[in-house]
Amino acid sequence: MAIIEEHPPLELTTGGTTTTTAPDPMGVFARPKATTGWRSWVNTVDHKKIGIMYGVASFFFLLVGGVEALMIRLQLAVPGNQLLSADLYNQVFTMHGVTMVFMVVMPMASAFANYLLPLQIGARDVSFPRMNALSLWVWLAGAAFFNSSWLLGGGANGGWFNYAPNSGVAFSPGHGIDFYAVGLLIMGIGSTVSAINLTVTVLNMRAPGMTLMKMPVFTWMTFVTQVLLVFALPVITVALLLLTMDRMFDANFFNASMGGDPMLWEHLFWIFGHPEVYIMVLPAFGIVSEVIPVFSRKPIFGYPFMVGSGIAIGFMGWGVWAHHMFASGMGQLSMIAFSLSTLFIAVPTGVKILNWLATMYGGRLKFTVAMLFSVGLVGMFTIGGLSGVSHAFAPADTQQTDTYYIVAHFHYVLFGGALLGLFGGMYFWWPKAFGYFLGEKTGKWHFWLMLIGFNLTFGPMHILGLQGMMRRTFTYTDNQGFNTWNLVSTIGAFMIAVSLIIFMANIVFSYRKHRRNPVNPGPDPWDARSLEWMVPSPVPEHNFDEQPVVEEFDEFWHRKYGHDENGRLVRIAKTEDVVQLGDATGVHLPSPSYWPLVLALGFPLIGYGLIFNLWWAVPGTVLVIAGIYGWVMEPSTDPDAGHGHDDHGDDHDDPAAAAAELPGGSDSEAPSADVDGAPADDGELVTASTSASATTAAGDSAAPTGDDSNG
Amino acid sequence: MGDLLLEDVDDLEFPDDAHVTSTGISNEKLGMWVYLASDCLLFGGMISTYLIYKNRPGEIPGLAGNPNKVSEYFDIPFTSMTSFILLMSSLTMVFAVNSILRDDLSRMRLWLTSTAVLGGLFLAGQIYEFRIFVVNDSMGFTSNVASSAFFALTGLHGVHVVIGVIMLLSVLALSFGRRIRAEAVEVVGLYWHFVDIVWVLIFTIVYLIP
Repeated sequence: MAIIEEHPPLELTTGGTTTTTAPDPMGVFARPKATTGWRSWVNTVDHKKIGIMYGVASFFFLLVGGVEALMIRLQLAVPGNQLLSADLYNQVFTMHGVTMVFMVVMPMASAFANYLLPLQIGARDVSFPRMNALSLWVWLAGAAFFNSSWLLGGGANGGWFNYAPNSGVAFSPGHGIDFYAVGLLIMGIGSTVSAINLTVTVLNMRAPGMTLMKMPVFTWMTFVTQVLLVFALPVITVALLLLTMDRMFDANFFNASMGGDPMLWEHLFWIFGHPEVYIMVLPAFGIVSEVIPVFSRKPIFGYPFMVGSGIAIGFMGWGVWAHHMFASGMGQLSMIAFSLSTLFIAVPTGVKILNWLATMYGGRLKFTVAMLFSVGLVGMFTIGGLSGVSHAFAPADTQQTDTYYIVAHFHYVLFGGALLGLFGGMYFWWPKAFGYFLGEKTGKWHFWLMLIGFNLTFGPMHILGLQGMMRRTFTYTDNQGFNTWNLVSTIGAFMIAVSLIIFMANIVFSYRKHRRNPVNPGPDPWDARSLEWMVPSPVPEHNFDEQPVVEEFDEFWHRKYGHDENGRLVRIAKTEDVVQLGDATGVHLPSPSYWPLVLALGFPLIGYGLIFNLWWAVPGTVLVIAGIYGWVMEPSTDPDAGHGHDDHGDDHDDPAAAAAELPGGSDSEAPSADVDGAPADDGELVTASTSASATTAAGDSAAPTGDDSNG
Repeated sequence: MGDLLLEDVDDLEFPDDAHVTSTGISNEKLGMWVYLASDCLLFGGMISTYLIYKNRPGEIPGLAGNPNKVSEYFDIPFTSMTSFILLMSSLTMVFAVNSILRDDLSRMRLWLTSTAVLGGLFLAGQIYEFRIFVVNDSMGFTSNVASSAFFALTGLHGVHVVIGVIMLLSVLALSFGRRIRAEAVEVVGLYWHFVDIVWVLIFTIVYLIP
């Protein structure tokens, strides 16, 4: 067993939190104290609750986007259908696309990132807990704002990539595109804050010994995703700002008659848009890379290559954007360059597929629902990847652009890739997050129905596209030869809908069963490999009782299993002996706060102000400013708060008692602070009863930190 | 952010809690660096837009709107002067950080005020310049694509300066009544230097290169 040191409370507040008397947070709000009920969710800064809220909200939007998808499929089920008007159809497919990209796949990946990332790196929380709450609320406010366009004159109707000049006032005089531009700007603020937060978390909050190349693959893929977001979001922000200025302040950035260039929008959008594709799919790759090793009972094959290919995808993703624009007439040299780079990016993706297969090869496979979804991803994403390679050839792509072949391709990568992986992740981590299993039998119905429905829906679209059916046409005539496959596709879409209903029923029935007969799945129900399985299910608010000291990749697995002299896998410790009990007391956690919510509520008001009447922006701006200053004046840790999940009440009155109880805390006045030989680590290495052990521990924990700063 | 401004009596040396993060850089500082990296792309996109559009009005015959390029109206000596003022504000910012590191609060307040005043002077110069363009030269935001791109780019930078001045004044205000951590000043300084460096780029690319 490694040397265990006490985890210092969240390092955000340095010292003084238990002793100084911080002023009231502007005297507006009483410091929120609720730990149950809706208030505890509204004011929480706990990364796990925030992750769950991301999940719930994104699942709600999955249903919204799903209903829009069913409307599309109903309209196209038979030729000459009049169910939706052409204009309404434009709105429905645009809202479907934007909803699924920005309100389903991205936030659902955020749900997993928020919940799992601190756990997987052995941290107590993210680096900026209140900013984490802010990103959730800003995103949710932006999503609600965007969808409110349905009630305020109609949704956006320019397709999710919203090309100029169609997006200008001349061709789209309604407010739909305004909601698109401002809504995406607001959600972009939330995503940027979240990306900065999680990037810093991965870089800064790792447990001792958790070097970059010992991080789980999910953490790695999420890290790459966040870095991509950091650099991709400002590009679409520029594009959206230009569009907003065109539409609301009479600028002419995309107005060709004034010399504006519609191609500029295409370039800016796809410079963002292609990394965005990887932003959506890499987290699912990470999930699958966690699930497959566990149910193959083998370590991930070629870990460095798995990580390296993820990084390579992240870099190369910036050099392929113009393959979305082969039909735009941008010149032969560009076409050749982007054809080549697109072909190259298939290589690291292929490496991942082969590594998953190699991980399963020779393993003791166990096909739980999570594993089925993961294997489903490997298969379906391969199909989508292959049709993607066929787009890399510019001559073929000019033929396929804006046909259903493209629609088939990106649904195979985003539904068959991202969404199947996310569902697999839900089945896998559900017991960890909620303390009960989702039904395996019902889950298998969910999986098979979804897989078959998915292939019925999107498989025929390859054929339709190659036959020449254009995407985004609201209907077709009887004699075009599109009838059969469109009907099949609609039937498939309803099968997907049924599978989603089964999933929801699974949640309800599994929960009821759990309520009737509560059986805790235990910390490690799957005999898994990474650190989050070391803590009880559901995870206690303070995550780890003691901060784990990491020595190897798959640390938790290596604490359970070793090798005998013949190199065979043997158990070296019982699971019960290596997991934590979750009963630590006196853990300092960041206190809940209302300010992120206040700040976030200002943004949609500013948005309505920009669109309808600038006066609306006044209360919005006031909320934003009040939110920022209220936040700044409020200490991140309430000096009057108790310590962690078991409230210790008043011990903050006595700094010495607090320090003794909270050995090591962030309190630099702790008695153990001046252990000789380790002056630099004052207070952190708490349990040091002798100076000798303190020095050793200091050395041990300092070494990996030093290594990391170079890498 | 609040964590940053809140005081830690014993701890005016930075990086004060560096040894508890994996990289040795505090969360707040690293967060600011990551944000600034993101901001580079924001300005990158805006500068590219200006470069694409700057010669359009004269080049393409028959365009609607004002046929003159905005660059014909630049007053290089005047903008050089305001640029110099902004660059000097970086120097005073360095002094402010230096003062708080030496625990010299009154000096720090002096230098923070100077930085904010110099930033304000730059902004006043920018407003004056915009006014000349709009009133005397009838070259407004909507006159043509080049002017739109020019005002959008320099305006975006101006907004950054305004936010910087607000942050400087906030740190200044919070330094009364409660003591602030040195790193708060340093992180605001990072932002301020970044905004200055971006202006060096904008001044070179937009104003000086014909």
